[in-house]
Amino acid sequence: METTRRDFLMVGTKLLVMTAATAAALEHVLAGAPEAAAAGPYNTAEHWWAMLIDVEKCIGGGHCVRACKTENNVVDEPMYFRTWVERYHINMSDPDHPIVDSPNGGINGFSEKYADGDGKTFFVPKMCNHCADSPCTQVCPVGATFRTNDGVVLVDKDYCVGCRYCVQACPYGCRYLDPRTHTADKCTLCYHRLTKGLVPACVEVCPTGARQIADLKNPNDPAHEYLRTHKIQVLKPQMATGAKVYYNGLDGAVR
Amino acid sequence: MNRSFKDFEHLIRLAALFACGLLLFTVVRAEYVPKDFGKYGHYRPGAMADVAARPMTYAGRARCTECHEDTVDEMLPAKHKVISCETCHGPLLKHADDPEVAPLKADGQALCLRCHAANTGKPSHQPTVVAKDHSDEDTCTACHKPHDPRMDQE
Repeated sequence: METTRRDFLMVGTKLLVMTAATAAALEHVLAGAPEAAAAGPYNTAEHWWAMLIDVEKCIGGGHCVRACKTENNVVDEPMYFRTWVERYHINMSDPDHPIVDSPNGGINGFSEKYADGDGKTFFVPKMCNHCADSPCTQVCPVGATFRTNDGVVLVDKDYCVGCRYCVQACPYGCRYLDPRTHTADKCTLCYHRLTKGLVPACVEVCPTGARQIADLKNPNDPAHEYLRTHKIQVLKPQMATGAKVYYNGLDGAVR
Repeated sequence: MNRSFKDFEHLIRLAALFACGLLLFTVVRAEYVPKDFGKYGHYRPGAMADVAARPMTYAGRARCTECHEDTVDEMLPAKHKVISCETCHGPLLKHADDPEVAPLKADGQALCLRCHAANTGKPSHQPTVVAKDHSDEDTCTACHKPHDPRMDQE
């Protein structure tokens, strides 16, 4: 008996389909019944978190930086920050090139540096923007970082392989590699506090109320009116990251 | 049996090998990938619970008020009413859970000056002083009570 091309293709296709079907069935069997969702008082579908930062209220005391390091056990060395404060100095003769400094992230405040009347000086707190379309989650090759349904960008330390793609992808410089675990780390918006009905540590300790947490899915949140009635900007809007840290009174020179 | 069927048999062996490989891959993958992976997106939903399980250090003002309502009332007439207790007193969840754990004593002058030392970067509405000119050698608390620092209080 001669095997025709037709026979060969028929048998080959059947084999392939059967193998695939067996594999799919086996996977289904091995997966078992889906685990019941943990019924807790916190439902991710009911929240959409954002942050309001009022630059005009920031006094650069560094309370937020210290509180964040304590609350989140951030490595207590310079260059590891989940939030930090930058000082901008704009000399009126060259407004496009502001002088920016952040001694140790502003953790101990700022010493006097500029003379009164010599241009404009102000503080800008920085942190993860918890972007709705975050570049850092898009580049992760292993699904170790993601945006939750309630709008918080988190890192799965068990999955992170420490490749640093996300550190490079973040346009705001908000990520670092934790030298203890060699995994990426960043602001969690104090997810452990939000899910218990508390505000993030930086918001809790800010003495002037320059930082406010906002739940944009809560129609009664005063943030809605604040966003409507103030001159709100986000950092690097041209990057279309869907940044959710909304700045009031931000100078156009801030990068 | 003719020659062409032998060729065919050879292909079946290859296909069987391929099937075994696929089966092995499926079994290993099912074993290692969490069952709920990909439920919301390309990630492990359990990671959210892991992050949320972090221990806290800051109790929050509401917890402080449960026991120290008198102090909170003391602050009410002053501008300092908006400041959370833990801004000056530090993280106090341990103290809130067990009052036996003594809170740290706020570190006086340095603490006041963090917010009130003159600095060109501070917004103009923030009350600031140059400590030397303002009080000479005196500490802040010689004149001001931290919870209600107004000078003209009754």
